[in-house]
Amino acid sequence: MNKKILIVDDEPNIVISLEFLMKKEGFEVAVAADGDEAMAKVASFDPDLILLDVMMPKKSGFEVCEALRANPPRPDLLIVMLTAKGRDTEVAKGLAIGADAYVTKPFSTKDLVVRVKGMLGVA
Amino acid sequence: MLLSGWFIALLAGSYLGLLFAVARYGDARADAGKSIITANVYALSLAVYCTSWTFYGSVGRATSGGLSFLTIYLGPTLMLLFSGVILKMIRISKAHRITSIADFIASRYGKSHLLAGLVTIIAVIGVVPYIALQLKAVAASLDVLFADGSGPLLPWWLDSTLLIAVVLAMFTIWFGTRHLDATERHEGMVAAVAFESVVKLLAFLAVGVFVTYGLYGGLAGLFERAATSPELARLMQPDSAKAGTWGALILLSGLAIVFLPRQFQIIVVENVDESHVKRAVWLFPLYLVLINIFVLPVALGGLMHFAGQDFNPDTFVLTLPLAHDAHLLALFVFIGGLSAATGMVIVETIALSTMVCNDLVMPWLLRSPWLRGEQSRDLSGLLLGIRRAAIVLILLLGYVYFRAAGEAYALVGIGLISFAAVAQFAPAMFCGMYWKQGTRAGAVAGLLGGFTVWLYTLLLPSFARSQWIGNGFVEQGLFGLGWLKAQALFGLGGMDEISHCLLWSLFANIGLYVAVSLNSRPGAMEASQAEQFVDIFRHGGREPDARLWRGSASQEQLVGLLERFLGPARAQQQLIAYAVGRHTSDWRQLPADADFVHFAEAELAGAIGSASARVMVASVVQEENLGLDEVLDILDEATQVRAYSRELESKQRALEAATSELRAANERLRELDRMKDDFISTVTHELRTPLTSIRALSEMLHDDPRLALDDRTRFLGIIVNEAERLTRLINQILDMARLESGRAEWTTGRVDLGQVAREAIESVGQLFRDKAVCLSSDIPPSGPVVMADPDRLMQVLINLLSNAVKFVPGGSGQVMVRVGVAGDAVRVEVSDNGPGLTAEECKLVFEKFRQGGNTLTDKPQGTGLGLPISRQIVEYFGGNLWVESHPGAGANFIFTVPLPAPEE
Repeated sequence: MNKKILIVDDEPNIVISLEFLMKKEGFEVAVAADGDEAMAKVASFDPDLILLDVMMPKKSGFEVCEALRANPPRPDLLIVMLTAKGRDTEVAKGLAIGADAYVTKPFSTKDLVVRVKGMLGVA
Repeated sequence: MLLSGWFIALLAGSYLGLLFAVARYGDARADAGKSIITANVYALSLAVYCTSWTFYGSVGRATSGGLSFLTIYLGPTLMLLFSGVILKMIRISKAHRITSIADFIASRYGKSHLLAGLVTIIAVIGVVPYIALQLKAVAASLDVLFADGSGPLLPWWLDSTLLIAVVLAMFTIWFGTRHLDATERHEGMVAAVAFESVVKLLAFLAVGVFVTYGLYGGLAGLFERAATSPELARLMQPDSAKAGTWGALILLSGLAIVFLPRQFQIIVVENVDESHVKRAVWLFPLYLVLINIFVLPVALGGLMHFAGQDFNPDTFVLTLPLAHDAHLLALFVFIGGLSAATGMVIVETIALSTMVCNDLVMPWLLRSPWLRGEQSRDLSGLLLGIRRAAIVLILLLGYVYFRAAGEAYALVGIGLISFAAVAQFAPAMFCGMYWKQGTRAGAVAGLLGGFTVWLYTLLLPSFARSQWIGNGFVEQGLFGLGWLKAQALFGLGGMDEISHCLLWSLFANIGLYVAVSLNSRPGAMEASQAEQFVDIFRHGGREPDARLWRGSASQEQLVGLLERFLGPARAQQQLIAYAVGRHTSDWRQLPADADFVHFAEAELAGAIGSASARVMVASVVQEENLGLDEVLDILDEATQVRAYSRELESKQRALEAATSELRAANERLRELDRMKDDFISTVTHELRTPLTSIRALSEMLHDDPRLALDDRTRFLGIIVNEAERLTRLINQILDMARLESGRAEWTTGRVDLGQVAREAIESVGQLFRDKAVCLSSDIPPSGPVVMADPDRLMQVLINLLSNAVKFVPGGSGQVMVRVGVAGDAVRVEVSDNGPGLTAEECKLVFEKFRQGGNTLTDKPQGTGLGLPISRQIVEYFGGNLWVESHPGAGANFIFTVPLPAPEE
């Protein structure tokens, strides 16, 4: 059974590229454009991994991450934070509140794919 | 029955007993450490100023002088406004344990016995007429009561005035000199005076209400009736011809409120808390207003009621109620008058007897060999005897004056003679407090000069008027010299006698004081006292400079002195307090040094005055006399040390100010640094976002050559768009940076804003057509013209229009452009029917990288810099850019550009 990935970002073009990239690698993909929608999609889509943008309207990626960690829908849910803000404090904050990885934009598609696969345990 | 002699005597006796009880209560509370002297009691006690002169005499004066009786109350009100002067007096008095006004003046000029005695003599002679006035008033009030009642109480051979004098003397002795006071304060007396002040006020208000409302149906009715008589109407208007007299009376009474011995006693010596003065500043004038409010109505009422009859206007407050058989009210008024007289006599004679004892008799007595020989004798009995004798003597003098001159004057006339006498203290007091150069010789000369003039121009003529002495010096001048006429000195006629006396006596007083002071050299003691008086606030109430005393003393002898004058218990109590102040429990271990001598002298001064204390201390210690130069050196040094420390303080303050400025600047820099960091972080984010799409999509295109063609086209389209977005962003950031740093290039000229608007509409037309949004305009065909850069204004308009089209719904969207003139500026509006902005968003959209419109599902396209840049541009041309909007009601972006000033 294919692993499921939820892509959350408010930039439509980034969503398009990530969606295309992950589908090409054979993952089942759903998208959300803001924090609230992300929370709803986690419940309905039940992803194995979330690619989560930090700077979003309504609810930031940090808030989504905290909410998911406080009340986990499944224990092994993986969260990868994506951010265009590259400061060390942001990275530390993301990891502190329970993200499994932290990727800075712009990212290398190859590296991202390798990293996601590694985390999900698919070769 | 009510007006029978025995009943009145009983009533008066009971009232005096009540006063005595109040005083005992006040003393008991003070001894228990629970003082009842509050700010209100203090302010009320000042009303000892209102004697039977006020009570009976104001009405009398109003019947002849109209409103001029008010001057006697305006002066004190004005004087209290100078509360700083009064506070300084109080501070000095507390620091030096001053017991009376004679003590104050003597202490300032080197604890001079001569001055102490001189001031005392002037005060006694000056105040005697005033005491006579009280006797006269009480006697007159009794005569009125008995004339109306059951006949005379006294056998024909006994003079009622003498009887009153004797009763008051006995009461004062009983009241004020039961035992020797160890301190200069008498809280019981203050309480009793405050109490009697309330009684006399109530009594006067009662008779005022009775006459005004009971007899004449209110103020309006009374004044209307009075106005029908030209004689009475005159009384109700100020007489401008007497402005000089008014000025003199205001000055006189303003000085009297401080310098009458009893007023100085109450205001300065009896003050327990400097903050009480603040209350008195308004409460005492209020009291004066209340006690004067019915003076004119009663005077007018009396004149109308007794028109044509020969009634003494001074007794209207009694005769009016009696004429209408209001006997109870008449008795109340009598008690009020008695109260006023008693209060005055008690405080005045206690103050004067203290002065006579401490400042006149004691210094002389203490130096006599007879007393020195009996070092061990307890002197309190002697002191009490002197004071009691002084009280009897003063009242007796009052009676003699009453006999000699009293009949010739109305009450007010007598009071003013006393006022003029105590006004002579003003130069020595005020200059002594503010002018270090004033010397003892100057003060003596000034006082003697002023007093002589007063004696010659005011007191002696008052005797002459009653034919007690010949009046040749008044009519023809002394020795027949016309320029020595007592009430027209040097030919200065045409003034009333009070103004005349005040003018010449103060002229002589101040002239002699200043001239002699400038031409005499102060002694060592004078110089140090002058320094301590004038700079009292700088010395901060600290003890006198210990270096100013050199000598050797025996502790045993000093303690012996204290015990002799204060009594052993009180002496021990003060010694223990002194020891505690020096952090030991046993005063016997303290050295008999300069500090100890000063302490002993101050304690003695509180009991027997500074001049006497000086004599006593000098008699038991071996003192080395410091020369004037030495004292001045020490004072100079002290002044320099103070100057250095002030300089140091001010430098420290400057340093603190500089430090806090630096801290603030540093804080601002930190804030700027933080803002810069935030800005860079935000810019980075904004730049990375399009880069992310570009990189991801181009990597995918690069890695997968077999990508379907339509995906390829779609991705390339996105890449191009994002690259454009990136370019736009970089351009705007640079633009913003140029605007903010002031390095932007401007080509300013005459711009037709209507034309600019039309061009802008044309250039964005395609955007609107693409989204099917209706764009309409209301622009005048030509103008208005402003001085600006057309390209920059175009940039603003295009920004506003492209924002509008972004936010309105496709198809039904409507955008309107208006250009017009409002006031002295051109007003351009771009309004839309989009979702509108909340009040918070209305501010937010002008911040960098803060975009509105989160409610739209689409992420707004734009850099978040358009509006901040537009605002910078508009403000550069002196205009404003803002938005008016409510959620759901569309948004209206407005900017103004000022019209050029019309050319001259």
